[in-house]
Amino acid sequence: MDSKYNIKEIKRQYVLLIWSAIFVVYGFVFYYLPLGGWIMAFQNYKPKTGLLHSKFIGLDKFKFLFEDDTFIRVVRNTLAMGVLNLVTSFVMAIVFAILLNEVRNKFFKKPIQTISYLPHFLSMIIVTGILHDALSANGIVNEILVNLNFIARPIDFFAHKEFFWPIVAFTNLWKETGWNAIIYLAAISAIDPTLYEAASIDGAGRWQKIKHITLPGIKATIIILLLMNVGNVLNAGFEIQYLLGNGLVKGVADTIDIYVLKWGVSQSDFSLGTAAGMFKSVVSITLIVIANVIARRTSEERLY
Amino acid sequence: MSEQTKEAVSDLEQSVSVSKNSKKVHQVEDRIFMVCNGIFMFLFVLITLYPVLNTLAISFNDGIDGVRGGIYLFPRKWTFENYITVIRKQNLMQGAYITVLRTVIGTLTSLFANALLAYIISRKRFLFKAQLSFFWVITMYVNGGLIPIFLLYKGLGLTNSFWVYVIPGMVSAFNVLVIRTFMLGLPDSLEESAQLDGAGYMTIFVKIISPLCKPVYATIALFVAVYQWNSWFDAMLYNRMNAQFTTLQYELMKLLASVTNQSSSVDSMKNAAGAVTPVSIRAAATIVTILPIVCLYPFLQRYFVTGLTIGGVKE
Repeated sequence: MDSKYNIKEIKRQYVLLIWSAIFVVYGFVFYYLPLGGWIMAFQNYKPKTGLLHSKFIGLDKFKFLFEDDTFIRVVRNTLAMGVLNLVTSFVMAIVFAILLNEVRNKFFKKPIQTISYLPHFLSMIIVTGILHDALSANGIVNEILVNLNFIARPIDFFAHKEFFWPIVAFTNLWKETGWNAIIYLAAISAIDPTLYEAASIDGAGRWQKIKHITLPGIKATIIILLLMNVGNVLNAGFEIQYLLGNGLVKGVADTIDIYVLKWGVSQSDFSLGTAAGMFKSVVSITLIVIANVIARRTSEERLY
Repeated sequence: MSEQTKEAVSDLEQSVSVSKNSKKVHQVEDRIFMVCNGIFMFLFVLITLYPVLNTLAISFNDGIDGVRGGIYLFPRKWTFENYITVIRKQNLMQGAYITVLRTVIGTLTSLFANALLAYIISRKRFLFKAQLSFFWVITMYVNGGLIPIFLLYKGLGLTNSFWVYVIPGMVSAFNVLVIRTFMLGLPDSLEESAQLDGAGYMTIFVKIISPLCKPVYATIALFVAVYQWNSWFDAMLYNRMNAQFTTLQYELMKLLASVTNQSSSVDSMKNAAGAVTPVSIRAAATIVTILPIVCLYPFLQRYFVTGLTIGGVKE
């Protein structure tokens, strides 16, 4: 049956096979081997004794995690900021794409789009640095707010817990809105232009055209991207929080990744760090699987 | 009969006048919409650009004069002192050197590896096409986590070395899939006719397929280069003790931390040579860091737009 696996074909493809072997070894070492490290989560891992001889302690580390108030809070923070980021970045990217599409003047449209990508290419170090300046006591935001008489005296935004999540969401929006809009703009440009012409003849205004043609036209793209990003909800929590967080807002700023870093690297409790990281991975994979099942369902519905 | 016709005519007239009316309403509506949209776009551009332009202004402004505040889009007291200080800073220059090195080496090796893997799994007759693709797709979703990876790199001797920036991230399944999608769009006859001429797989890859993949290669190269240029966490985690392997972004981060901790202290100003402050130095360092990217990305725009669209559609 497997007539394609004959000697002649193998000889013909030997170059491809050798390179594949190299890629498999590489992938195994850098992506699959770390999964073996998950054993540490069930051990009292000591670097001295190593993975093979450390004592197994069952689920003790997980028990510790779920009884640790800090960990529970950290999971809450990660989820809250992940969901907030997901929702706001989605809405903003779609709104921006639709509105930019309505800018008919090429002279403006192109430069606006180019500028909108700019922040995506800046590192989080630079973005948070810039933001820190803008939101500092003598920064531009406070200056505007004071001059407009919204507030009497400058607010130290980074000292108040209630501002932290919105700041993170805003940072994310500032950096990625233009970039995220690319795919929607592509989807919009794929919509049949005769639909718009027909609507114009029927007397539809811009607003109606957006509502009845553009939005339905990119609905499929929106759903697919939404489902794709659900699995990333827990991944949205390291750089910004690590760079912008400080002692005063720790309670709302720390995420699972920061927890792992603190326990695993700074405190050298490798087992606990691994357990927390494993919890995150498992939850992420579960979310992805659920999202994929939903995606398959919705695409089937679209077929009929 | 005639009454019916009359009715029909009047109906028609009515509907025409309604449509005329609604057209007028829409013209007003459209006008309002366009004005609001214009304001929105103006604010969007302003919010995006202002912080960058403000940093630029601060970087050219006398540091001590800048403490008074009130600098927006233009420097008040011009100086190049900040840039001179940045260039004289040993650690920043070492960081810049390593960053350039890792961007160049990292991008070239990664592009080669991703392209080659994409080439292999896009060959129709390749025996393990499905298995090899599956093996790599899994890596997009499953991740060992920080600690196991840290211990692995340590075990492999990658910590405290330059190669931790290049080797671990060399192959990325997402990038491979983007390139593969592009390659699948090329006609099979190219490969077949080259094979008839006696070309081997590697010759076809280098001489026939790769030249046609320039747009998608440019996209992936840009993605990888930006990632390399902007990385700081790996420098902090794996090369914290090695000043020789520091990166520009990591040095910038340390600079930011020092600014946050002592922004109001006068000591830091006294220590600094000339009329510079941590704030003004950081502004200059920021501009130096983003300059190459800002100069480059507008020209690669059409590439990454197509690349991203291909990748998104494939997903």
